[in-house]
Amino acid sequence: MGELAAEKHVQYIISIEKKKDSFEAVAMEHLRMNGAYWGLTTLDLLGKLGAVDQDEVVSWVMQCQHESGGFAGNIGHDPHMLYTLSAVQVLALLDKLDVLDIDKLSNYVAGLQNEDGSFAGDIWGEIDTRFSYIAISCLALLHRLYKINVEKAVEYIVSCKNLDGGFGCTPGGESHAGQIFCCVGALAITGSLHHIDKDLLGWWLCERQVKSGGLNGRPEKLPDVCYSWWVLSSLIMIDRVHWIDKDKLAKFILDCQDKENGGISDRPDDAVDVFHTYFGVAGLSLLEYPGIKAIDPAYALPVDVVNKIFLRKKDSV
Amino acid sequence: MHGRPRKPLNPEGIEDKHSIQKSNELRDLQSQLLRNHHNKIYTTEALKLSSKLLAINPEFNTAWNYRKLFVQHNLNSSQANQDLIKSILDQELEIVEIALTRNCKSYGAWYHRKWILNKGLSSLDHEFRLLDKFLKADPRNFHAWNYRRFVAALKNVPEEDELKYTTEMIDLNFSNYSAWHNRCAILSYLLVQKAQGFDSKEKVLGEEYEFVHNAIFTDPDDQSGWFYYFWLLDQTITPDAPVLVSSWPVHSSDLILSLDGRLDGCILSPCTTYCTNKGYFPFILYFSENVEGVNSSSVNIKYMFMKNEDISWEPLSTTNARYAKAWVAYLKFPDERNHSLKAYPVEVTVGHSQGIMSYSRSNYKFPSQFSFTVRIDEGDCKEVGREEFVWLDDRFSDEATLEDLNPMLSFDRLLIGQANNTETSDWQMETIVSQIDLFRKLNDKIGKLALARLLIAHDAMMSYDSSSTHKKVNTEEVLKLFTNLMKLDPSRSRYYKDQHSLIAIEQALLKLFSQREYSDMKVCLYYRDSNARYEDSLCVGLNNYSLSRIGSFEYLLWVRVLDLKYNELQSIEGLEALQLLSCLNLSHNKFRSLTALEPLRLLRSLRVLDISYNEIGLHSIDTSRYLYSSRLSDTIVTICENDVIEETDCPETVLFFKGLQLIQLDIEGNAFSNEKFRGLLVKSLPKLKLLDGEDVN
Repeated sequence: MGELAAEKHVQYIISIEKKKDSFEAVAMEHLRMNGAYWGLTTLDLLGKLGAVDQDEVVSWVMQCQHESGGFAGNIGHDPHMLYTLSAVQVLALLDKLDVLDIDKLSNYVAGLQNEDGSFAGDIWGEIDTRFSYIAISCLALLHRLYKINVEKAVEYIVSCKNLDGGFGCTPGGESHAGQIFCCVGALAITGSLHHIDKDLLGWWLCERQVKSGGLNGRPEKLPDVCYSWWVLSSLIMIDRVHWIDKDKLAKFILDCQDKENGGISDRPDDAVDVFHTYFGVAGLSLLEYPGIKAIDPAYALPVDVVNKIFLRKKDSV
Repeated sequence: MHGRPRKPLNPEGIEDKHSIQKSNELRDLQSQLLRNHHNKIYTTEALKLSSKLLAINPEFNTAWNYRKLFVQHNLNSSQANQDLIKSILDQELEIVEIALTRNCKSYGAWYHRKWILNKGLSSLDHEFRLLDKFLKADPRNFHAWNYRRFVAALKNVPEEDELKYTTEMIDLNFSNYSAWHNRCAILSYLLVQKAQGFDSKEKVLGEEYEFVHNAIFTDPDDQSGWFYYFWLLDQTITPDAPVLVSSWPVHSSDLILSLDGRLDGCILSPCTTYCTNKGYFPFILYFSENVEGVNSSSVNIKYMFMKNEDISWEPLSTTNARYAKAWVAYLKFPDERNHSLKAYPVEVTVGHSQGIMSYSRSNYKFPSQFSFTVRIDEGDCKEVGREEFVWLDDRFSDEATLEDLNPMLSFDRLLIGQANNTETSDWQMETIVSQIDLFRKLNDKIGKLALARLLIAHDAMMSYDSSSTHKKVNTEEVLKLFTNLMKLDPSRSRYYKDQHSLIAIEQALLKLFSQREYSDMKVCLYYRDSNARYEDSLCVGLNNYSLSRIGSFEYLLWVRVLDLKYNELQSIEGLEALQLLSCLNLSHNKFRSLTALEPLRLLRSLRVLDISYNEIGLHSIDTSRYLYSSRLSDTIVTICENDVIEETDCPETVLFFKGLQLIQLDIEGNAFSNEKFRGLLVKSLPKLKLLDGEDVN
């Protein structure tokens, strides 16, 4: 099994910023905030967050904030929950949450909750359990969970539970590992994992591991490094991660590295990108790979960042 | 980026001409769109530009928003007539189709279409045809399936028609989990509604078994039908309603209570005495599944010393759930000291009025009645002996006889089962038997796993027959199947191992209570240590069983000393039901963190705990961090009022021990047990006398 080419991955992530001219880079400008979260979290997990100009990042993040309080994926774009969480995560990572007008931001998020407990992604009203996770994670990180109806939010998530134990986007939607992460994560944060049949879901999730050691996101699909995160974090939150072969999974992720130029791809020998680089490194962190900081399975932030936010000495509050 | 082959890196920054031209074009489109958006320009030309952009990059969400604003702008305008509106909306549907052709998984494009249709002004005739196109290209496109459900609801398509559609899709190719999923959701709805043609579960399930067998037996490695099959099995065997499976005290027992304060938690003669200085004893009800609504109206207790309405029931749950399998009420000791040795009856009726309900919303419907007596024994408790509990093998001897255990024997399904009269219909048993025959022929992994689950279901059904309680005829075969699966499917070996453990522990406990095969088991022994506090306690020893998981708590409610050392446990989920537990040995297991021991915090009687030689503090990832009540959500957890604790210490550790009333604790052989921490522990546990065998004073 190959080693983790950590140094190469750090260089790859830093180099992305310099390759703004490729078609792919231009086509992904609208989600640069997500990219910032993937890249910076990877750097932090590898202990190299110091390699970026943090003030520059914070200033750019704040330029993406819309007057409504939500964040856009890039300057001048429309705000959306998807980017709002990434912005909060990036600021948490840099220990700069204090630059935020927390009430304004949390009012934006809380304002997107519907009567039935569900959340819209933005003012246009698309509903998805991804947005439920985002709202809950985001508000919890800001200590503003009380601004929403948590009970209703949990109720809606539970209404998206399927008979295979997994969760879909909306009631009746097919189970998908990414969606399962969102729902399990939201239930974990709100202390509501008792709504999950852990053995049923755990078995469905452990059957995502295919012969190569990689994980797929749904039955009879190809494995993909990103599911190392979605499946693995879900299995950890329900304490069933021992049901898969962790060594084989680690090997699969390491096989997806571009050892020459850095970065990790979805499957061996495919083109790398920052999304899969993050999910590969985060997956290895969950597998306790040496030299990588521990990541929290529910908040998708390094454990030390999460602990700093939630566990404090009495006199320092 | 998915499924694109890796190419060698271009020399520093040099892209080929074509690519540069393409990306320049896209960049121009994107910045112009943003400009038009900000300046609210909705000219035909500006709109065309957004169409062009979305055809190239459907993920550019702000462009969809821009178009929505354009639509709204026009709908609200005074010149809006029906023809104009229709043409505007049609134009939107058209651009969505173009965008989806570029990327059939674009959330923004699919939602734009929903948004337009939700206006209620467009024809829905084209939608299923459009879906056929996308589901033909990718029958697993979950966006398309979600959209199909949306359109079906909008068009009021009968569920039966959509069920037929899943049949067609599966007939085309059975390897379509999306179609099986939809079938499962629709059929489950129709069964619950008892829709016409779906009122006979027996008939419907019978046909479905046939249907899914084709898939499983054609290609046993293809997972598409597996989950559907196990759902059918679940529909066949799951009892319609929750059942009361055990209690403590048990029916017709005579409980002797001692108020002697000196013997807090004393555990003398094994099964029917209870000593505490608190003046209350626990009364535990254990159900077959998580239930809510156990309270003084759903459970009636007739007892001289407490009014029924004053009795408060608590779910034994490690989360904030209102649901639990085990519920406890604490009842007062008789307070008429003069009449010591007089037995006072406690009469219990469960479920005579509604209220107890399972998580799946089915009502408890087997009213049952039982009773026991309590009396105070003032003189019989011994002087306090040595506090220490020694877990050495030579202290345990003299196996409990069946007579000793007799008081526990009446607790179970034998009694309650009769009252429940859980009827297993013939068709259910016949179905299971024929499925067993069928799956014996399938030697693949899924065949063996299905067979194991079928055999377990068969045993469970048989046990509802009161005559065969304590007999599980298939146990050996099931254990063999799981052992076999561990080798056959090594990646998931620990899944099978956990299932194996659950059956193995049940087997050990059932043997304990049955006459046969008993002599070879040493599960229940007396603790012999003269003049020690715990002398003559009855200890359940399941050490060295290679257990990775425990269960069968319904058989263990009476247990006060439990030895689980030398196993492979990493979780004790469910142990919170054992409210009488005083001494617990979990040493030499695989516990990874203290959060995994969270159920212990609900054990009010726990005094002696051994968690030495585990993996606590060794792992960077805590797999039970969120399993129980989350501390990492809204509130900021404050830790420890004194200054001893540093930022580097794990604050959760201190939080964990704070709630316990331990007298004796062993923690050595774990990564977290350093000197500083031990000092902190002594402070958090004021009653602690022995830490790792040493006097803490």
